Amino acid sequence: MGITVEGAFKRFGDFQALDDVSINVPDGSLTALLGPSGSGKSTLLRAIAGLEELDGGRVVINGQDATATPAQKREVGFVFQHYAAFKHMTVFGNVAFGLKIRKWDKAKIDDRVHELLRLVQLDGLAQRYPDQLSGGQRQRMALARALAVEPQVLLLDEPFGALDAKVRKDLRTWLRRLHEEMHVTTIFVTHDQEEAMDVAEQLVVMNRGRVEQSGTADDLYEHPANEFVMSFVGEVNRLGEEFVRPHDMEVVLDADDRTEQGLVQRIVALGFEIRVEFVLSDGTEVWAQLTRNELQRLELQEGQIAYLRPAQAKSFNGSSPTHADGASTPRGPRDEGDAEIPAAV
Amino acid sequence: MTASPPAKWGLRSLAFGYLGLLLLAPVGMIFYKTFEHGLGAPIEAMTTPDALHAIQLTLLMVAVAVPLNAVFGVVCAILLVRHRWWGNRIIDTIINLPFAISPIVVGLALFLLYGSDGWFGPSLEEAGITVLFSWPAMVLASIFVSLPFVVRETVPVLQEIGTEQEQAASTLGATGWQTFWRITLPAIRWGVAYGVVLTTARVLGEFGAVTIVSGSISGETETMPLFVAKAFEQFNEEAAYAGAIVLALLALTTLLLMSVGGRKAKASGGGTLPAAELALTTSNTKEGS
Repeated sequence: MGITVEGAFKRFGDFQALDDVSINVPDGSLTALLGPSGSGKSTLLRAIAGLEELDGGRVVINGQDATATPAQKREVGFVFQHYAAFKHMTVFGNVAFGLKIRKWDKAKIDDRVHELLRLVQLDGLAQRYPDQLSGGQRQRMALARALAVEPQVLLLDEPFGALDAKVRKDLRTWLRRLHEEMHVTTIFVTHDQEEAMDVAEQLVVMNRGRVEQSGTADDLYEHPANEFVMSFVGEVNRLGEEFVRPHDMEVVLDADDRTEQGLVQRIVALGFEIRVEFVLSDGTEVWAQLTRNELQRLELQEGQIAYLRPAQAKSFNGSSPTHADGASTPRGPRDEGDAEIPAAV
Repeated sequence: MTASPPAKWGLRSLAFGYLGLLLLAPVGMIFYKTFEHGLGAPIEAMTTPDALHAIQLTLLMVAVAVPLNAVFGVVCAILLVRHRWWGNRIIDTIINLPFAISPIVVGLALFLLYGSDGWFGPSLEEAGITVLFSWPAMVLASIFVSLPFVVRETVPVLQEIGTEQEQAASTLGATGWQTFWRITLPAIRWGVAYGVVLTTARVLGEFGAVTIVSGSISGETETMPLFVAKAFEQFNEEAAYAGAIVLALLALTTLLLMSVGGRKAKASGGGTLPAAELALTTSNTKEGS
């Protein structure tokens, strides 16, 4: 059950959009396809919906091979980034579309549409036209339209990409709750790792038409399979062959044999979190994530010299992740900061 | 862009002056001349058997050529925009031919094709079908000269609406045919409507090509433009002016029908840029701000 894609290939001219992609999405789960633009994530989603024909490979939806099934018979709900609202129809008409195609009778359509409009909180706007709605309202209408036909799976292609930050956050909380209620197998595409980690139970990281790694957000963050995943899921600094998360960058004022000297170039306060940017002696630029308390304790100033010590680092040269001495238990910077409060005061 | 008040009024006067002198004055003159001595004379001139036949024949041209070109135009536009294919560029070029070729030449070409020495002429004659100097040739000429309008007006609208609405419809279970009727056609209706208005106007007014293939026989193969020309040549000015008014009224009726139909459609749905409406309403002249 769920959705399985096996060995999918797709080529657009010279561009290999999908290069032997296989994924498995468990029944009832909420999965994110995460990757930069051009990574093939949207193509994969469209292939599952039947909007794109694969050059090779199989798509299996709830145990049935759907590879040769046309889009209109796959019973998928699809939500587009730019809403794809039927502009000449009211909100009601948009949501009722799939039901009218299925020749439901009028009273039943009426009930179902209003039930869905209540669910997406658009009940008062049934007679409006799409161009009288805000972006967030249009996307909720599109979602109601996709859900109206009780699809086997729900596919969302960068559904919040065209919305402003605040609306995006609200909608993604709302999508997660909706999924908890409906439990329809859902895949959504995004290039925003924070969004993916916030909403999805399972993440599939894609790059250049291939799947780099899949797993839970914690898996990917703690045990990235390669350099790409490490740098795409979460922030990362590169120190020679090693990769260090900015919150694993310890900043100290005294040098020892494990520290590297760096010049404080810029200090950016992002609320409680402080971003300190360094230039190392070899010209490498790195940054450390500190708390406000740590910064106060260190009394760092732009233009001064400080020393950096990676508390934890990874390298991907065929070897397993390495841990720096004395930091075998990874500690979050926040715990450290809290512990230091008495000293700082 | 903001223009100073004198410049603004200067530009407006220029626009009105230009339109007045070149468009309104001649058309107004015809109205004036026609109704100079009341309604009696023009009505009489338009109720002669020849005039009535000319009106009927003109309407027949519209009734055949406009629907055919509308259907062909929509199908062709969808082919050009939605199905990428090497032959598209050739089709695209051929469709512009009627714009490039003088109607007289179109008439001559049809004459050559369907004449007794032409490619199709002899075999059609054997089958007992008369094309030249009869209404079929006139219909062919009308279709030829008015062919590009619906395609040309529909293609940009189709490009603008994109394919996402159609894809959304297909994921909701709609077949290609259902998607066309419920999604595509309503979305492009303004482009099609504007194309139909232009096609109708062109067919109503067609003179050159029809003159050659019709033989212009009074009461038989004479459309209204031919009737007007003949009346004018025979110094029957009353009939000529009245005929001109009939043509103008027919064209106006088309515009009004489209406008009313469009408004109804608009009341029942939003829609894309109403090109036809832009052309019809004068309330569009916004204050330059």
